[in-house]
Amino acid sequence: MAFLDRTARSFLLTELIGGLGVTLRYMFKPKATINYPYEKGHLSPRFRGEHALRRYPNGEERCIACKLCEAVCPAEAITIEAEPRDDGSRRTTRYDIDMTKCIYCGLCEEACPVDAIVEGPNYEFATETREELMYDKDKLLANGDRWESVLARRLELDAPYR
Amino acid sequence: MAKVTVDGIQVEVANGSSVLQACEAAGKEIPRFCYHERLSIAGNCRMCLVEVEKAPKPVASCGYPVMDGMVVRTDTEVVRRARRAVMEFLLINHPLDCPICDQGGECDLQDQAFSYGGDHSRYAENKRAVTDKYLGPLVKTVMTRCIQCTRCIRFASEVAGVPELGATSRGENMEVTTYVEKALTSELSGNLIDICPVGALTSKPYAFVARPWELKKSDGIDVLDATGTNIRIHAKGPEVMRILPRVNDAVNEEWMADKGRFSFDGLRRKRLDRPWVRVHGKLQPASWQDAFVAIARRLEGVKGERIGAIVGDLCDAESMVALRDLTGALGSGNIDCRQDGAQYDIGRRDFYTFNSGIAGIEEADALLLVGTDPRREAPVLNARIRKRWLAGNFPVGVIAAPGPDLTYEVAHLGDRPSVLAGLADGSVGFAESLRAAKKPMIIVGQSALAREDGAAVLAACWALAGRVGALTPDWHGFNMLHTAASRVGALDLGLVPQAGSRSVAGMMSGGVEVLWLLGADEIGAGRIGPDTFVVYQGHHGDAGAARADVILPGAAYVEKSGTYVNTEGRVQTAFQAVFPPGEAREDWRILRAFSEVVGHTLPYDDLEAVRRRLAEVNPVFARQGLPRFGAADATGPAGDPAAIGNAPFTPTVHDYYQTNVISRASATMAECSRVYAHPVVQAAE
Repeated sequence: MAFLDRTARSFLLTELIGGLGVTLRYMFKPKATINYPYEKGHLSPRFRGEHALRRYPNGEERCIACKLCEAVCPAEAITIEAEPRDDGSRRTTRYDIDMTKCIYCGLCEEACPVDAIVEGPNYEFATETREELMYDKDKLLANGDRWESVLARRLELDAPYR
Repeated sequence: MAKVTVDGIQVEVANGSSVLQACEAAGKEIPRFCYHERLSIAGNCRMCLVEVEKAPKPVASCGYPVMDGMVVRTDTEVVRRARRAVMEFLLINHPLDCPICDQGGECDLQDQAFSYGGDHSRYAENKRAVTDKYLGPLVKTVMTRCIQCTRCIRFASEVAGVPELGATSRGENMEVTTYVEKALTSELSGNLIDICPVGALTSKPYAFVARPWELKKSDGIDVLDATGTNIRIHAKGPEVMRILPRVNDAVNEEWMADKGRFSFDGLRRKRLDRPWVRVHGKLQPASWQDAFVAIARRLEGVKGERIGAIVGDLCDAESMVALRDLTGALGSGNIDCRQDGAQYDIGRRDFYTFNSGIAGIEEADALLLVGTDPRREAPVLNARIRKRWLAGNFPVGVIAAPGPDLTYEVAHLGDRPSVLAGLADGSVGFAESLRAAKKPMIIVGQSALAREDGAAVLAACWALAGRVGALTPDWHGFNMLHTAASRVGALDLGLVPQAGSRSVAGMMSGGVEVLWLLGADEIGAGRIGPDTFVVYQGHHGDAGAARADVILPGAAYVEKSGTYVNTEGRVQTAFQAVFPPGEAREDWRILRAFSEVVGHTLPYDDLEAVRRRLAEVNPVFARQGLPRFGAADATGPAGDPAAIGNAPFTPTVHDYYQTNVISRASATMAECSRVYAHPVVQAAE
C-alpha cells in the first residue's frame, strides 16, 4: 500500500502544490528584508559601532587622559599621549584608535570614568584606504560633535541598566 | 629578644620592636600610611590596627612595642571592621579623582582601599578643599588629596635636614605647608614624591605624561654624582619618562638626589645623533665611515707620544678600557681621567676610595671633612652623615670653603690646608674630638686635591688619619669623596699618565697633535691649542663637541649596559634602558670599530669579552659588591705633607644643578638653578 500512496502523491504533484502554497502565503505576508541603504533596521542603544569622543555641553572635551581605555583595550588599538594643558588640566595631546585593530568589544566605553569615549550607532564608516581607519583625536572629536544628540540619548536610555 | 605569636606563627623579634615589625617578621602584611621604616613613628593614620590579646581594643601596631609572650591577630573580624572604618574616614575628605591623579596605579591609598576598604561610599556631604602649595620646580602639590600622614614633614626634617615643612591647624583643618611660600631648599626633595602615599605630592616634570603600567623598567646606576645610587629607569618607547631609586641599604638606602632623578630630560636635548667632520672650519654631517677615515688619515705618521686621550666624568668602565687599549695600541701613554687636575696616588686602592663605606658612616664617631661639601657633591651620602649625627655624639669638623648649611652641626675649622697641621700637632681644638674617637673618619674632597699641592694635602690627610687612629686593622677611616662617577673606575684602570707621559694640562697646551676626548667637557675645551686635532666622542653637544674636528656620537648612561665604580670602589652594573638616538652607538663599540680602521683591532667583540678584559686589567671588576676591610698597611701615599701651601680651598660645585652635560641640557635643572641659585648664595653669606 505504501508503494501505491507514494506513486499517487508523485503523480498528483501534491508536494509541489504544497510548496507553491507556502510561496503564495509569504507573498501576502509583510516583508522581512529592508531596502538598505534607503531603509535601516532597528539598533539597540547598546550597539557598538564607530567610536566618538564626546564634549561637555559647554564645549570642553570630556577626556581627561586617564588612559584607562588604553589599558583595558584587549586589541591594544588605542594610543594616548598626554601632558598638562596651559591651564594646568590633564588633557591628551594624542588620542589614536586603530579601527582595523579594534574588535568593537566596548570595554573602552565601559572603562571611561567620564563617558568621553563611546561607541556610537554608526556602522557605515567603510573607507577606501586603510590609512583612513587610523582615527586621530580630531576625527574622534568630530564624530562626537556630529553624533552628540544620538549619543546622549543612547546613554540616557541605557543608564538604568548600568 | 621577645617571642611573639602572630596569627599562630611564632616569631622572635628584638626587644623594643613594634608589633608591626613582628607582624612583618611573621610574613603578615599590615596596611599603613604614616609608618615608614626610615622615619620616626607618628601613629596618626590608624590604618595598621591589629588585635592584641588582653588589649581592650585594636591597637595601632606601628607604635605599639612588643612584649614577650604577646599574642597578635591580624586577620579577625574586629581588625577587618576597624580597617574598613579607618579607610572610610580617610576617604571622607580624599577626592575621588584617581583618573586624573598621577599616583593612580601606584597609590597606597588606592591599593589599600581596594584590599581593605568597604565596597561603597556612605558619604554624601561636601568634601573639604585645600589650596595647593608651592614647593619648587620639582614637586607638584594637590593638597586636597593629602591624608595628613606627615611623612613628608618627617622626611624633610629628619632625613633631608631642612625643617621647612610643617602642619598648621588641626583636625579636619590641618594643612601641610611651608608656612611662607618658598621652594624646598633640599637636594633630596624628589624623595617626597616617593614617600607620599597618595597623590598629594607628585613629580612636576612627570605630570600627566605616563601611567606606571605602560612603563618599561630597567635597573641602572646613577652617574650624575659618584655615590653610585641604584636607580630604576622607567621608559616608554624610546624615551625615559622618569627615574626612581632602588633600595640598596649599603649605598643609597632608598633615597636619591634631585639631579639624578630629574636631569633625564637633558637626554632628549642637544644630543649628538650622527657623526660630524670639520671641513674647511665648519662641521659637516658625515657617515661613520667618513668620520673614521678622517681620523685615521690624520693619525697617519703621527708618533704615539703625540696622541692623547682625556676621559670624562660620565663614562662607563667598558668604554674607558677600550680607549686605554686603543691608545696603548697606538703607542701612547698620554691618557688622563682627571679633568679637574686632582692629584692622586693610584699605587694602592685605598688611597682613592671611600674606605669606610657609605654604610660605615653610621659606625663612625667623629668626622673631619677636608675640602668637600658633601651636601652638594653627594646629597645621599650627606643624608647618611646626618643620620649618624642625629644618633648623637658625632662631632663634625670641616676644613673647606664656607658653603651652605650641611644640615648638621659642624665646627668650621678654617678653609686652608694649614689647619691639617694644626690638627696633627693638637693645636686646633677639634683634634681632641678626633683623637678621643674610636672610629674617626676623614673625608677628603676633590677641591683638596685639585690644586698645586694636592699630593701634599692627600699625604697630610693620610698622616692625620694614621695619627688619630683611623687606620686600624678593623677600621679604615680614610675616605675620598669623588664627584665624578667614572673617576674611581678610571683610576682602577690606571688612566693616569705615567712618568714621561702627558697629563690633561700637558695635552691641552699643545703637547699632542691628536686629542681624543671621551665625553670630556669640563676641561675648558676652548683652551686646546689650535693645531691639535680633536676627536670628541660623547652624547651631548657641549663644550667638547664645539671644539671638535670629528664628532663621534656615543650613548648616554641610560642607553648602554655599563659598569660603574662608585666612590667606595663598589663595582655596579647598569643595564640598557633605551636605545641611543639616531646613529649614536655604545662607546666601547665605537672604539672597537675604529680600532679596526687603524689596523689595531681590539680583541673583543661582545660585552662579555670587554668585561673579561676589564677583570684582566684589574681583578676588582670581576667582583660585584664590596667587602669591608681595614687598613692593612699604614704606609701613606706619595707626597710630602710639609709641602702644603696656604691657598684656601675653593668649592668644587658652584651650581649643584648644572654640573655636567646632561644636567646642563636639562630644562628642569635650568629651572632649578634659576630658583635655587640665589637662596643658596644667601645661605652662604
